[in-house]
Amino acid sequence: MINLDSKVPDGPLADKWDNHRFAMKLINPPNKRKFKVIVVGSGLAGASAAASLGELGYNVDVFTYHDSPRRAHSISAQGGINGAKNYQNDADSIHRLFYDTVKGGDYRSREANVYRLSQVSVDIIDQCIAQGVPFAREYGGLLANRSFGGAQVSRTFYARGQTGQQLLLGAYQAMAAQIATGKVTLHNRSDVLDIVTKDGEACGVVVRDLLTGQVSSHSAHAVVLATGGYGNVYYLSTNALACNVTASWRAHRKGAAFANPCFGQIHPTCIPAGDEFQSKLTLMSESLRNDGRIWVPRDIDESRSADQISEAERYYYLEEKYPTFGNLVPRDVASRNAKTVVDQGHGVGELKNGVYLDFADSIGREGIDVIRERYGNLFDMYERITGEDPYRQPMRIYPASHYSMGGLWVDYNLMTTVPGLYALGECNFSDHGANRLGASALMQGLADGYFVLPYTIGDYLAPKLGNAAIPTDDPVFTEAVAEVDTRTRHWLSKSGTKSADHYHRELGTVLRDYCGMARDKTGLEKALSEIPAIREEFRKDVKVLGSADGLNQSLEKVNRVDDFMELAELVVRDALDREESCGAHFRDESQTDEGEALRDDDNYSYVAAWEWKGPNQPQELHKEHLEFENIELTQRSYK
Amino acid sequence: MSKNLDLKLRIWRQDGPDAPGSFLDIEAKGISEDASFLEMLDTVNERLLDDDVEPINFPHDCREGICGTCGMMVNGRAHGPEKATATCQLHMRKFDDGDEITVEPWRAASFPVIKDLVVDRSPLDRIVEAGGFISAPTGTAPDANQILIPKEAAEMSMDAASCIGCGACVASCPNSAAQLFTAAKLTHLNVLPQGQPERWKRTEAMVETMEEYFGACTNHGECHEACPKEIPLDFIAFMNRDYIKAKIKNRSLASQIS
Amino acid sequence: MAQTISRSDSRGRVKPLRRRTRELPWPANLYQTAVGKKYVMAITGIGLLGFVVAHMIGNLHIYQSPLEINEYGEALRDLGGDLIPRTFLLWLLRVGLAGMFVIHIHSAYSLARMSETSNERYERKQDYIAANFASRTMRWTGPIILLYLFFHLADLTWGWWLGDTYLRGDVYHNVVESMNSVPIAIIYVVANVALAVHIYHGTWSLFQSLGINNPHYNAARRGFAVGISAMILAGNLSFPILVQVGVIDEDDRTTPPAGSVEHEAIAPLSATTVLEVRS
Repeated sequence: MINLDSKVPDGPLADKWDNHRFAMKLINPPNKRKFKVIVVGSGLAGASAAASLGELGYNVDVFTYHDSPRRAHSISAQGGINGAKNYQNDADSIHRLFYDTVKGGDYRSREANVYRLSQVSVDIIDQCIAQGVPFAREYGGLLANRSFGGAQVSRTFYARGQTGQQLLLGAYQAMAAQIATGKVTLHNRSDVLDIVTKDGEACGVVVRDLLTGQVSSHSAHAVVLATGGYGNVYYLSTNALACNVTASWRAHRKGAAFANPCFGQIHPTCIPAGDEFQSKLTLMSESLRNDGRIWVPRDIDESRSADQISEAERYYYLEEKYPTFGNLVPRDVASRNAKTVVDQGHGVGELKNGVYLDFADSIGREGIDVIRERYGNLFDMYERITGEDPYRQPMRIYPASHYSMGGLWVDYNLMTTVPGLYALGECNFSDHGANRLGASALMQGLADGYFVLPYTIGDYLAPKLGNAAIPTDDPVFTEAVAEVDTRTRHWLSKSGTKSADHYHRELGTVLRDYCGMARDKTGLEKALSEIPAIREEFRKDVKVLGSADGLNQSLEKVNRVDDFMELAELVVRDALDREESCGAHFRDESQTDEGEALRDDDNYSYVAAWEWKGPNQPQELHKEHLEFENIELTQRSYK
Repeated sequence: MSKNLDLKLRIWRQDGPDAPGSFLDIEAKGISEDASFLEMLDTVNERLLDDDVEPINFPHDCREGICGTCGMMVNGRAHGPEKATATCQLHMRKFDDGDEITVEPWRAASFPVIKDLVVDRSPLDRIVEAGGFISAPTGTAPDANQILIPKEAAEMSMDAASCIGCGACVASCPNSAAQLFTAAKLTHLNVLPQGQPERWKRTEAMVETMEEYFGACTNHGECHEACPKEIPLDFIAFMNRDYIKAKIKNRSLASQIS
Repeated sequence: MAQTISRSDSRGRVKPLRRRTRELPWPANLYQTAVGKKYVMAITGIGLLGFVVAHMIGNLHIYQSPLEINEYGEALRDLGGDLIPRTFLLWLLRVGLAGMFVIHIHSAYSLARMSETSNERYERKQDYIAANFASRTMRWTGPIILLYLFFHLADLTWGWWLGDTYLRGDVYHNVVESMNSVPIAIIYVVANVALAVHIYHGTWSLFQSLGINNPHYNAARRGFAVGISAMILAGNLSFPILVQVGVIDEDDRTTPPAGSVEHEAIAPLSATTVLEVRS
């Protein structure tokens, strides 16, 4: 039975983290080296955690399925990272970032966690600068900032359109320094396929070496998952192709509650799909909305090119509907409105599946050089993909699955419901509620890795001083290894007919149709009946060739799709359960007269944490009720 | 409407590092010109699977040109014919109907082939581990704006830091030298004020580690042409100068003489 | 269990191709790494380039008069005047040049070896974009220049095949004698083209190797390389070509050069004596 104790410390909001840091048990430096910690994933959260733990003296084993830690998908984040520095003198503060984040998340996040996130956001910027992250600067040598969706202040730090890359390099380099000292051991091309528990506590992982196919186990005093999000459950998403839910899902099956799975963010500015062979949707940074104006032709039969359409014939729907925030409304609002106008037939492009993002005005105002400096690499990328020049004609954009606010349930210490098992970054559910603000993912990943976990893990480990890690010849390990090996190999013995991709595509289509930007009961129920059928068909009919004793990308993929098949059902079940609209979760049944998301705070102000009850058994819902002591719940309005 | 292309593919297949490799000839018909190069390979793989042939393993991940996972020799050029473009961002509209396309893995003694088009590029990580970092343990940082960095220096650092570590520089180099990668990593940190204390130690360590794995640069400039991020050759000159300085400098005088 | 990947250590990591050796004391340690060797190569390259340029310019005396070129040759032996023994400074320069040659060649050889062991060839020919003829033929033009050096010494310094017609000290005569032969002239032309090609890449490359690099003048580096190699090519090719077409010949050496009294050492080497010797 799962106990959802959030362990939020007492005291005034602003003092909670300080109080908690004082109350936590400590391990003295020489004793830290008696502990071993496993970190799964080498993105922002994983690399920063591994580096910080190594610096503290812990022995760290890092696992990544990539060839190099630097390839983790954090690298693709473009726009920036928030920090409540108030460098722009525009009345920003820790409290305002906290407020914006809770409000942006439509009041479905935990106040104390978000406040702590805002507090450490300031330290993250300092830390990154010290590591040599080349953030954009003003001529005086001071840091530059820009504004971002969902905020009225400029608090976003950025490194061209490659902020994620630069922050990841910073964290990776910090980790590389620890690898060089031997405190951190890197296991690349190692796919973590199961979490091992003994007496209910996490004690290690089962790993498949992707080069040799060999399955082995690794043991530690604690296991930290930093494995990212599950946006790829939609098949088409902005995630990298290898992003998967496997480690989190296996943790879920071992007892970790999975929270708010239906909160999946749809990013408003992506390049629309061109064809059915398309393997992914490419994101164009949200920062483009700072200078681009979004519009569609008023006439649904419009066939002229953009430059021939006069101002009066253009429908700047965000600016008209939301005069205050205009093109900078939060992502969910921007996405849903794009869907609305496209559904109404205003869409642009050959398939009429996009909206315009137009830079003509800013190029006229600021000059082409300024725009090129800000967004040059994004414009180039757009041109490479579409063959169209965004300096001359507006970009076409459309929303795509992007980020998972949902994930493993964690308490204030970032521990899941399995003792000793932590979840960091996108793979936990913690800070973004029902919708994440732009430039906050990088912030959260680094906050968790640099400034939260290194403190909280000590509190768990301290009483274990003197206990050796469970040896890997313990039956819990040998059985887990055998199970993983059998599970992996059994795919090869099938005489199926279709690829894992084929079934993944089918699954994604169902999810996008019924559990995408807008959901309703009928559609969700339909999805709930279709998904198990696809899963059964997949398990019977999938075709995998090659061997399990060496590199085999199809074999890696099939394992991942298998877990997506189970997750998809939970996503839909969660969406069905939540009969309100909030943030990214928009139920058609629950909207205001103006078509905005209508929350039901009386009945749904909770985190839905689902407990695994066994294969083909519906998960059990547990609720962590959210208390808001410092923020008054309002209907979000960005008008 | 977009056109379709019929292509003749010659794709390198190799079971493992010690296995002999050979080209697989495939007729790929009806490939949309809007597909990316990797989506074209996806399509080919689906067809191979239907024919009971094991799909081709090829390196790929983000497919938006930033993770640096993808990379293969396309018609004798690293990342294919398009300038400043990683393989994943190369689109089939750059090819003509009836083209013959030869695809090979990166080749260098320190990039052993793992399978088909996938190679092991981990020696690049060894170079970073040798010194490609600024030692700033978490929690020790001063306020971010306390360190003033001229915009020009920040921009130069960023130019260097935009390296995606794909290995095209090594793959395209007639000497299999990793100068451009190392220089980019080094310049990123060496031009920043924060990077100064460890500058000379870092330079020595990274260059000497690089030379354990890779060949010697003879200034062909092929790496720059292959680089998806167009890292300039100037950084190599910068690295060479820093390396010699590192060997000569009296480091205890760092605060007196720049 | 160890992985089965070859070229990898017990942890499955790619093994280094070569191990670092113990660091020698400064400045020998510079020569232990490829980047350092390239630096040394650039420095010796500059020295050798200086020699080639000075040699070419000095040889232009041939266009003034036979006497001038012979005086020039004599002046080289007399470098340092009466302060030091005759030919001492010339020998010092010769030894220095030889030393630079040896180091230049040794570094080139070891860098080439290093690249060879690091490289694996593509099955389909690589399609080069930046690597040009000059940069890719350095390892061919280099040995050609070395062979040419010996040839040139044997020809005009040691007079191996001119035999009796070789006159020690009469540079003008020896040049005309040697380059009148078509095969020898061809050798000179081919070798000097190789030399210019080598110098073209070398001159550009040395800026990179030395790290002389500044946005203000980076664009001028290519131009400089083209200019200097073109100048050397034009100067050095002029000798065999003009001898062949007869612009440089000994037809006019009938009168003893003016002022030969002050230059006793070369006074007997007038055209008449030369003709006597030949007959």
